[in-house]
Amino acid sequence: MKPIHRMAVNLGLVAVGAFGFGFALVPLYNVLCAVTGYGDARALRQISTAQPTQEDETRLVTVEFLAQLPTVGHWEFRPVVRSMQVVPGRLYSAEFIAHNLMDRGATGQAIPNIAPSKVTAFFHKTECFCFTPQHFEAGEQRQMPVRFFVDPALPKYVDRITLSYTFYDTQVTS
Amino acid sequence: MAHSEHADHAEHDHHGPAHGFIQRWVMATNHKDIGTMYLVFAGLMFLIGGAMALVIRAELWTPGLQFVDPQFFNSMTTMHALVMIFGGMMPAWTGLANWMIPMQVGAPDMALPRLNNFSFWILPFAFLMLLATLFVPGGAPAGGWTIYPPLVVQGGANFPMSMFAIHMMGISSILGAINVIVTIMNMRAPGMTLLRMPMFTWTWLITAYLLILVMPVLAGAVTMVITDHYFGTTFFSAAGGGDPVLYQHIFWFFGHPEVYILILPAFGVVSEIIPTFSRKPLFGYESMVYASASIGFLSFIVWAHHMFTVGMPLAGQMFFMLTTMMIAVPTGVKVFNWSTTMWKGSLTFEPPMLFAIAFLFLFTIGGFSGLMLAITPADFQYHDSYFVVAHFHYVLVPGALFAIIAAVYYWLPKWSGHMYNQTLAKWHFWLSAVFVNVLFFPQHFLGLAGMPRRIPDYATQFADWNAVSSIGAFGFGFAQLLFVWLIISCVRGGEKASDHVWEDTHGLEWELSSPAPYHSWTTPPSDAVILRGTTGH
Ligand SMILES: [Cu+2]
Repeated sequence: MKPIHRMAVNLGLVAVGAFGFGFALVPLYNVLCAVTGYGDARALRQISTAQPTQEDETRLVTVEFLAQLPTVGHWEFRPVVRSMQVVPGRLYSAEFIAHNLMDRGATGQAIPNIAPSKVTAFFHKTECFCFTPQHFEAGEQRQMPVRFFVDPALPKYVDRITLSYTFYDTQVTS
Repeated sequence: MAHSEHADHAEHDHHGPAHGFIQRWVMATNHKDIGTMYLVFAGLMFLIGGAMALVIRAELWTPGLQFVDPQFFNSMTTMHALVMIFGGMMPAWTGLANWMIPMQVGAPDMALPRLNNFSFWILPFAFLMLLATLFVPGGAPAGGWTIYPPLVVQGGANFPMSMFAIHMMGISSILGAINVIVTIMNMRAPGMTLLRMPMFTWTWLITAYLLILVMPVLAGAVTMVITDHYFGTTFFSAAGGGDPVLYQHIFWFFGHPEVYILILPAFGVVSEIIPTFSRKPLFGYESMVYASASIGFLSFIVWAHHMFTVGMPLAGQMFFMLTTMMIAVPTGVKVFNWSTTMWKGSLTFEPPMLFAIAFLFLFTIGGFSGLMLAITPADFQYHDSYFVVAHFHYVLVPGALFAIIAAVYYWLPKWSGHMYNQTLAKWHFWLSAVFVNVLFFPQHFLGLAGMPRRIPDYATQFADWNAVSSIGAFGFGFAQLLFVWLIISCVRGGEKASDHVWEDTHGLEWELSSPAPYHSWTTPPSDAVILRGTTGH
């Protein structure tokens, strides 16, 4: 092989090695997390797949629902009830109503927001209409559920959580 | 004279440009033809990406939603970045490398001409695919150019297309980088030692190594996102034991060196232009080389400054803060050397010099805001605000882009054999220099006042500076049409350029005739010619 080609092949191998290095960062990161306690995979998994276990009947937390529409498309969007009193650790379900006021099918995507933002880790949605885009036929109206529970470990000073959705028209016509 | 002899030789050469579009361009193997294609492609992408930027600035001109809906706005911010970085900047630098490196090191062509052809022709297909996402159901990617999961994994029809396009861009730039290294290491004329190489070639050599080391890491990250989406892996899904923060580490391990990939060749260009129009050798040539190399090295150990707010141990925050600030040292050496080169020089202000001086001032402003962002506790306030937008646009627009424009104004007469209209070029400079500041400077204020980036609508308190910024954007955008017109008319004709073009040029490219012969150095330059070229440093 000519030296030029040998060098090109060697550099290609360096690139392949760098590709491998990207994947090597995965176990490396896990080791780093184990050492520092940051990004603990087990804790993350617990938060993201949380199921209600212990109920704490000694307190009630108010959960308020807000619905917002940006000025895109033509929709009606609101919660069925304005707020609920919930027992931490117990699974609840709440409904939101969306109504496509246009004369064509349209797809919306709800983006959730929780206030105060510090309690986000203590508010678990086990099922939510915001997990997937929602398709509506022309003029269709329907109720969409969100199932949630409040973590019993919620700091004592929090007595009120606001769950707000903004419902975006994704402009996907079909 | 050695160079005119060489030119005559080239005229009689049987290997002139091939006839027919397919033979000459589609099957191109000549470094100048491929360089031209890269530059034309980059110019086209700059216009498309610029149009997207104008959509963004039009929407942000006043508060409220006027022209586009939020989803499309997010697509515009995402696509603007992808098109400008991977379609504009990187191909523009590769085009300049293709044109200049063989001429600067005394080689007849790039080392691997067919590979060169392949790495260029991947690009149009990659960008056709990326731009086609604008027309698929769900629209173009809108989750930001950093393609963070889990958001990106929820993308619709655009997801496989944009991921495939990014893979292709990556392959193109890795192959281009391999070609640059092999050319520089093997094709230099005898007597062209490493420490006689022009700065543009030097900085490109370092850039090429960065490309080979980090573009595959991006490819790895993209591959993991793809397998998470289609094959049920959970690299970045917390529910399966993965971690989205891991993605950010891998991405920015690529992302930070990437910003030096965009700016190192700019350092090289400016290091050639400033001595020419100061009529003095570059001050501290060797320290420039070592500064570039240390910037390249440091760029690998600072990535987490992009993600201070994700939560990391104090020791990590300290480490990434201090290494980031350390980059200011070699960068400061460079700024010092450029300023010292100009000190007591006989300065003249031709268009390339004007852009190089603007680069020097305005890139430094971008560097300073970068230092502010490096301060971890301060970054918690600046993070994801318009201050960040102002920072990276200062280093990329009056930084990297001005250097690309300077390079074109510097070498265009050598390429085309014609001098362009310098008066109009100076108009182009002043319009660009004024409007770029009107465009980006107010964004510092907006960011410090709390305006977040990537939003289509904002609180009315931000209205005034946004309006100013938008005026700057349209002024800057339309000023670039002048540049397009200047290039086209210069290629078509005009006053004949001399071989040396400018009064005090040094370097092998100026020893060739203007326009440069189709094959640069079919016989290697003699030692005397090389030495004459390197007296610039
Ligand atoms: Cu960085």
